[in-house]
Amino acid sequence: MNFKDKFAGESGEKAERDELQALGADEVLNAELNAELEPALDEALRNFRLSVHAWSEAVLSRPQKVLVASPHKRLARLAVGWALGGVLVASGVSAGVWQHHRQEMKIAAMRAAERERPVAQQQKQQARVEDEDLLANVDSDVSREVPAAMEPLAQLTAEDGTK
Amino acid sequence: MATGEEISAEEFSAVVIKHRPHIFRFLLASTRDVDLAEGLTQECFLKAHRNWASFRGESTAMTWLMRIAINLQKDHWRNRRMQFWRQTRTNAVDLGEASEWLSSGESSAEQQLLARERVKQVWKAVEGLSERQRTVFLLRYVEESELSEIARTTGLSEGTVKAHLSRALARVRAELGGKR
Repeated sequence: MNFKDKFAGESGEKAERDELQALGADEVLNAELNAELEPALDEALRNFRLSVHAWSEAVLSRPQKVLVASPHKRLARLAVGWALGGVLVASGVSAGVWQHHRQEMKIAAMRAAERERPVAQQQKQQARVEDEDLLANVDSDVSREVPAAMEPLAQLTAEDGTK
Repeated sequence: MATGEEISAEEFSAVVIKHRPHIFRFLLASTRDVDLAEGLTQECFLKAHRNWASFRGESTAMTWLMRIAINLQKDHWRNRRMQFWRQTRTNAVDLGEASEWLSSGESSAEQQLLARERVKQVWKAVEGLSERQRTVFLLRYVEESELSEIARTTGLSEGTVKAHLSRALARVRAELGGKR
């Protein structure tokens, strides 16, 4: 699409001619535009032009903002950046070390537990044997020490057991 | 100046220095928005630099640049209309503020007040013009372009330019309280 099409939109040459006819003949427009403007209108248009020119010049002549970082600010920003980076690295490393340390502790505890397991089992076994011996002794002791008055009853239970 | 081929940085720099005030002024008058006018002016020269090879020198560089500026402005308003649901911010100054830029000269305070009031009325009339009428009016009465030059810039026939100008003038007259 060329500029004319873009600016004129859908109205082509024919639409332009129609528009022109509707607005008035070319000669009339020429006469109107070539005639001197009324003094009030002429002055208003001149002042309008001057005010737009003054406004535009004022904007263009104002100091333009150029964002250039000063060396001090740049150095400070660099230092802050490095410091933050250092903190991040240090915290990352210490977190890793702490994690490693925890794992090592856990492994050591597991190993210690493994080492202590046979001893504990042996102790448990020994305790069980001692308990059994004790119970056996108690049984024999108790059976031997039945009072005389209870002897017949003890014999009866012994007979029941043999049956 | 090189046309139809790449332009050197020095040459383009000279083009910018020469034509930027005109382009900016036209866009400022069209939008009454300093930030928007500055943005569109930058965009205009960026586009001109990218497409310099397509400038064949059939018109002046000023005419070519003004065409780009008008198109960018049209695209901007069209996009804004299309994006009506988005929250858009406008920095356009009000008519009173736009009229404050008239230099006091040697006139009395009363005359200055009257002159500013008249300029405000012209701004009000310009605000009510159609896009084409406003473009033609500003090119004629702010940039002081000839009718033939306006026709080349806008791509309209000279007759249509006259018709739009006549309509625009009638509106300004009516706003100023003269004959319609």
